[in-house]
Amino acid sequence: MSASLILDRRRVLTGTGALIASFSLRGTPAQERAPADQPKRPGSLAIAPYLDSWIRIDADGSITVFTGKAELGQGIKTALQQIAAEELNVPFESLKLVTADTKLTANEGFTAGSHSLQDSGTAIRNAAAQVRELLLAEAARRLGAPAEHLKADDGAIVGFDDRRLSYGELVASDLLHVQAQPTSKLKDPASFTIMGRPVRRVDIPAKMTGGAAYVQDMRIPGMLHARVVRPPSYGARFVECDVSAIEKMPGVVRVVRDGNFLAVVAKKEFQSIKAMDALAAAAHWNESVSLPKQGDVRSILAALPSQDSRILERSNPSVRGQRTIEATYTRPYLSHGSIGPSCAVAQFSDGMMTVWTHTQGVYPDRQAIAEMLDLPQQSVRVIHVEGSGCYGHNGADDAAGDAALIARALSGPPVRVQWMRGQEQTWEPFGPAMMTRLKGSLDAEGRIADWNLEVWSNTHTMRPGGAGALLAAQHSAKAVAPPPPRPIPLPEGGGDRNAIPIYAFPNANVVHHFIAEMPLRVSALRSLGAYHNVFSIESFMDELAALAGADPVEFRLMHLQDERGRDVIEKAADAFGWKKGQTFAANHGQGFAFARYKNLAAYCAIASEVEVNRGTGRARLMRAVAAVDAGQIVNPDGLTNQIEGAILQSLSWTLYENVTFDDTRITSVDWQSYPILRFDAVTDSIEVHLIDRPGQPFLGSGETGQGPAAASIANAIANATGKRLRELPLTGKRIKDAIGT
Amino acid sequence: MTSLSVNGRDHQIDADPETPLLYVLRDDIELNAAKFGCGLGQCGACTVIVDGKAVLSCVTPLLLVEGKQVITLEGLGTAADPGPIQRAFMEEQAAQCGYCIPGMMMRAQALLQRNPKPTDEQIRTELGMHLCRCGTHMRILRAVHRAAGLMSPADTSSGTIGRKP
Repeated sequence: MSASLILDRRRVLTGTGALIASFSLRGTPAQERAPADQPKRPGSLAIAPYLDSWIRIDADGSITVFTGKAELGQGIKTALQQIAAEELNVPFESLKLVTADTKLTANEGFTAGSHSLQDSGTAIRNAAAQVRELLLAEAARRLGAPAEHLKADDGAIVGFDDRRLSYGELVASDLLHVQAQPTSKLKDPASFTIMGRPVRRVDIPAKMTGGAAYVQDMRIPGMLHARVVRPPSYGARFVECDVSAIEKMPGVVRVVRDGNFLAVVAKKEFQSIKAMDALAAAAHWNESVSLPKQGDVRSILAALPSQDSRILERSNPSVRGQRTIEATYTRPYLSHGSIGPSCAVAQFSDGMMTVWTHTQGVYPDRQAIAEMLDLPQQSVRVIHVEGSGCYGHNGADDAAGDAALIARALSGPPVRVQWMRGQEQTWEPFGPAMMTRLKGSLDAEGRIADWNLEVWSNTHTMRPGGAGALLAAQHSAKAVAPPPPRPIPLPEGGGDRNAIPIYAFPNANVVHHFIAEMPLRVSALRSLGAYHNVFSIESFMDELAALAGADPVEFRLMHLQDERGRDVIEKAADAFGWKKGQTFAANHGQGFAFARYKNLAAYCAIASEVEVNRGTGRARLMRAVAAVDAGQIVNPDGLTNQIEGAILQSLSWTLYENVTFDDTRITSVDWQSYPILRFDAVTDSIEVHLIDRPGQPFLGSGETGQGPAAASIANAIANATGKRLRELPLTGKRIKDAIGT
Repeated sequence: MTSLSVNGRDHQIDADPETPLLYVLRDDIELNAAKFGCGLGQCGACTVIVDGKAVLSCVTPLLLVEGKQVITLEGLGTAADPGPIQRAFMEEQAAQCGYCIPGMMMRAQALLQRNPKPTDEQIRTELGMHLCRCGTHMRILRAVHRAAGLMSPADTSSGTIGRKP
């Protein structure tokens, strides 16, 4: 590299940031942090500052965009491709996008917490804009024309005289191997032609026509099929098993045993299933009573010690409450319940472990698998391949660990591990049970004077990082223990996510009771504690509104100063046709709820109409109207799809779902024992109204709807029946018991 | 050896006759669309059409489909040349993760062959046992209605839906 090239690039990159070209990082993701004296780079550029960690342009002009985030069915590939194409001024279809792969992409941690557009979208947008400016400057240098006389158009820089230099021609040498600047010359949203449009999802055609779209669909030459035989309950210990007959079964290649970890490997998939059944029947285990008595969540959580922290203390002694009410709300353990059970493919050859997985975090999985197998991390490559819908920390990482452990035992052939339905339902980490206790008082004018919320919860993350997060490592002879659980710090929070009210109450106290002991295996479920906290807060707002004799929408607006929050509330109420004191047909009711996810991501307000069958007690959501502000919108149809899905998934959690167990085993093992939403109960209509905020940051939206949907439905049930239900799920039996018919 | 026709092509399958059709389709014939969801006949992800009727391939042994005409989603069209129901689902963007969708489409296809203009209630009833976890139901319902509008009489006359590969 010549000194003059450095000077050229230094000239084109304005600002004070150092321009560092490093060839040592070529081919590997650059993970350097910005020097302390430099302003923070936007989004994930802060952790991977080199432009060519995000965007590479080949000499033939082909452009590849790299993201460390993964497609989970939320449409992130399409949205990120829109962002890159927009800022690069190239057609949407001309780009190739590579997603999470420890060999190719930046370490963006987990695809979780509605962070993908904020982290990766922001990084790609800024990187693409800076690449465009570098290309303009390089073209200006070569053409001897001022950059302002040039424009980026369709993969080339074009001058007034119609001279064109393609991106491929311009990008020779190491033009893009430079660190990003903290600020970028972003396009004016008014000029967008790709962002803000409902571009069709790139992943859908293959999914609709039987293409190889999922890790479940992978076929590698020589691939074998494995099934695990899990212990029958959490603490069970392997005693003995006569495997001689199983090893002779048709197609069986190997029975793998490593401590309490048992698996069978066969040539064909159904042979592995038959061998799994035989092995499960032959294996003897010592089980122990380890689960709490299933009853109400309160007694389970109240029996466990907690670490308590006050996370909000706001005091205004001049405002005194006159009338006080209290209420306790609970939610049970919930399953992710992906329709396709977890699956992974792994191959161990020449000392290198490669794992294809639908994990949310390829780098944390690499660390966990390397640690489990005593391999250096460089000897493990983890590649994301789509699986069935994710909704949080389900069995994906465990299946990856299973595949890796089996693949190493076999050494050589690729091994595909597919969990069975019962394994998914009993071994995935559940969304933790939670309890909230609220107490509030109204002043003489019927405004909230004092607000108290206490929340009890386990951790909401036991994700990889260490090997102890993987079932295979826990069950293997190494018996790696899970790491001690930790709360997720605020402002995002875990059990206390959204526990701090967004409303302006003069006196407010919020206490987080973090429960370390986990009788059931738990971890992240979509929206973490926000689902229950928003359900509680927004139910209690209605209870206080009723005490005040106020309309629920007016009551919320009376206590909310956040303008964008007020806008979504007004939009949802208006579009729903919300009228104060409106009466519906018998057994119908309306409900309203609002939240800003994590108090820092997208805003969402939902109005619902519910019908309650007085004979069965069952509630049905007739219609829902949502209003959402997710900042600058990248793909309006993708955003609408996320909100529709959030409402219906939350409807299912809220009305039906509950992980069941006896004193030893999980007993909700399939869709009969863990019922979820079915078409006969699906809403007649869902309307989603989007409030676009051009020029504003992206606000994560994948989890903003769950809490408001739950509370809106609960409030509508209370409105329809006159009875307030505080214990989730709001089943027909519970409603029937409450209304007493 | 068991013989059956899949998407208009004859196959001789060397597998245990009790093998569920799902594994024959995925493992022996290397088709992707029929999905393993529960293996218990509870979710619908594995649905294919056998002799014009929607069946759950995860609980249908190979033995029972000997000599029969099996149609999978691959038989309805390709990404470049999608069939009416595939076009309808693409146009409605009726998927999130999409894992349950092939089964939904096959059930809907069988319905539309029987009843070219179903009501919303008939579609809901027909899809009653199919589970979607992402909450894409509204789009799925719209897509089935749209497919009914897109289909010509030839598309819905039974026995002709499998395009010759």
